[in-house]
Amino acid sequence: MSEVLLNIENVTKTFGGFTALSKVSAAVKKGERFGLIGPNGSGKTTLINCISGMLQNNGGSIIFDGKDLKGLQPHQRTKRGIARTFQIPRPFHSMTVIQNLQIPLEFVSSSGTSQKNISEEAMSILEVMSMEDKAHHETSGLTQIELRKLELARAIAVKPKLLVSDEAMAGLTGNEVDEVLEILVKLNEDGMTIIMIEHIMRAVMQFSHRIICLDAGQKIADGLPEVIVKDPAVERAYLGV
Amino acid sequence: MSLMRQYKFEIGCLVALVLAFTMTQMGLNRFVFFAGFAVLQYAMIATAWNILGGYAGYINFGTAGFLGIGSYTAIALINYSDASIVEQIIAGGVVAGLLGLGIGYFTLRLKGVYFAIATLALAIVVETIVNNWDFVGGAAGVSILPARNPELLGVLVVHKKLGVFSNYKEFLFFLMAALTIMSVWIARTIEKGKLGRGLNAIKDNEEAAECMGVPTLKLKLITTTISGGLMGMAGAVFPSYLTFVDPPTAFNLEFAVNSLAMPMIGGTFTWLGPILGAVLLGTVQQVAIVTISSELNLLILGLLLVIFVIAAPHGFLGWFMKKNKR
Ligand SMILES: Nc1ncnc2c1ncn2[C@@H]1O[C@H](COP(=O)(O)OP(=O)(O)O)[C@@H](O)[C@H]1O
Ligand SMILES: [Mg+2]
Repeated sequence: MSEVLLNIENVTKTFGGFTALSKVSAAVKKGERFGLIGPNGSGKTTLINCISGMLQNNGGSIIFDGKDLKGLQPHQRTKRGIARTFQIPRPFHSMTVIQNLQIPLEFVSSSGTSQKNISEEAMSILEVMSMEDKAHHETSGLTQIELRKLELARAIAVKPKLLVSDEAMAGLTGNEVDEVLEILVKLNEDGMTIIMIEHIMRAVMQFSHRIICLDAGQKIADGLPEVIVKDPAVERAYLGV
Repeated sequence: MSLMRQYKFEIGCLVALVLAFTMTQMGLNRFVFFAGFAVLQYAMIATAWNILGGYAGYINFGTAGFLGIGSYTAIALINYSDASIVEQIIAGGVVAGLLGLGIGYFTLRLKGVYFAIATLALAIVVETIVNNWDFVGGAAGVSILPARNPELLGVLVVHKKLGVFSNYKEFLFFLMAALTIMSVWIARTIEKGKLGRGLNAIKDNEEAAECMGVPTLKLKLITTTISGGLMGMAGAVFPSYLTFVDPPTAFNLEFAVNSLAMPMIGGTFTWLGPILGAVLLGTVQQVAIVTISSELNLLILGLLLVIFVIAAPHGFLGWFMKKNKR
């Protein structure tokens, strides 16, 4: 539990003259449930993009599983065990639900095994998500929660060491939030380290072992959930004072 | 029996090849082979285009550039050596394939319309170079004299009485059929395999594909190389078929329009689409040229494309499958 899986050190990201992340540091431990909060535009997704390799940070370093990720393409990072979801679901829309899962299975976690094995694996992931009845549906007919669950399922299919979930619960009802939470807790109990970005405070507080809060690209708090809720800086950031 | 089922498609390819060969042995009118060659060449070009455009979603407006470079590689070889047509085809494929690799590499960050514009620019650049390259005829063009009574591997290929084929048109028709069948086989193999699934993911959402472990750059480079190479091979046969080539012919915009219109009208998601489109549009155009005028030809093509894009965005096959599902 004490070993660091992801070490973010002084990560800076600028877009032109605009600084989206300014010397952000954080250490995520193996097996941890890590919460990342902050108001809209505070840089949460940008930080995830730097971790997953969709953006290259201008400064600082990101060490995953003991190795510097600098210069690695996103797919190489995925192969090392980092999977992410997108804040706005990005399904492969010309494929069915199960085919969506077959991509990461075929290219990463079950690479080189038979098509039959891959579709069995995909099916078992869909079962975990209680989506097996949708396996052969087009993604265009999915509801909001189904799209969110597909986004998660596809990331899980990578069988990552680290799962980064970017607002997987936005727009879901209370019951649906609980359903997703339950899945994430289960995955964590099976050994997956999880970073949860969330706007729904109840969910992130309930889920996380530890939380950091970003505001305007800077880390303003880092601690236990019960400490974070009472932190005056966090309160200020959220209330916009 | 199960082996036969497993290789059903390959057997179909062989049957088609035998059929094409049989046609050449029946003493049919030369126009059949002339027009047949044109349709086959379009089927090959459309198939090659579709590997990149249909499977990966990267629209290539530069078909003429790849074809042209294939043609002119063959011309350079003819001027420079006594290379056989098979060697010309291989060389045309290699050069155009390398061009595809280069284009893929330099435009890999360009998406959507920017990629399309870059490929159009490429075609113009290649044409300009050829226009100013006197060794291959420059702007004035060049006449090709097909080798008299050519032999391949010691076999007399074309000879009025003793050759496998009695004239050049028949030989080129058969050659084009073989190349087209090969291209379709390659396209289908890609489509049914890991590469095809990766390309589909790229088409749907490139960033999501990359984050799901798809090496998008590598797959795109493989694809631009194969697609360009096949176009170059189709182009390399052109000089022998036309016997006179100049830049406006080899780099004709009609190739760009057709190579894109045929898959789109037939259906871009499967290997059958480009063939269907090529047969359909190829025939319509051959008829239009003869009965109306060759100027109206492009207009008809444009209209058909617009109609299909609006009424059947997944092409004829997409429309047909949807209709049957209901
Ligand atoms: N690709 C980009 N180009 C320019 N600015 C960007 C880009 N991505 C994000 N930003 C800016 O960076 C800031 C942080 O955005 P983001 O990380 O998406 O915030 P969050 O996920 O916390 O809501 C915002 O001001 C946003 O406009
Ligand atoms: Mg965000």
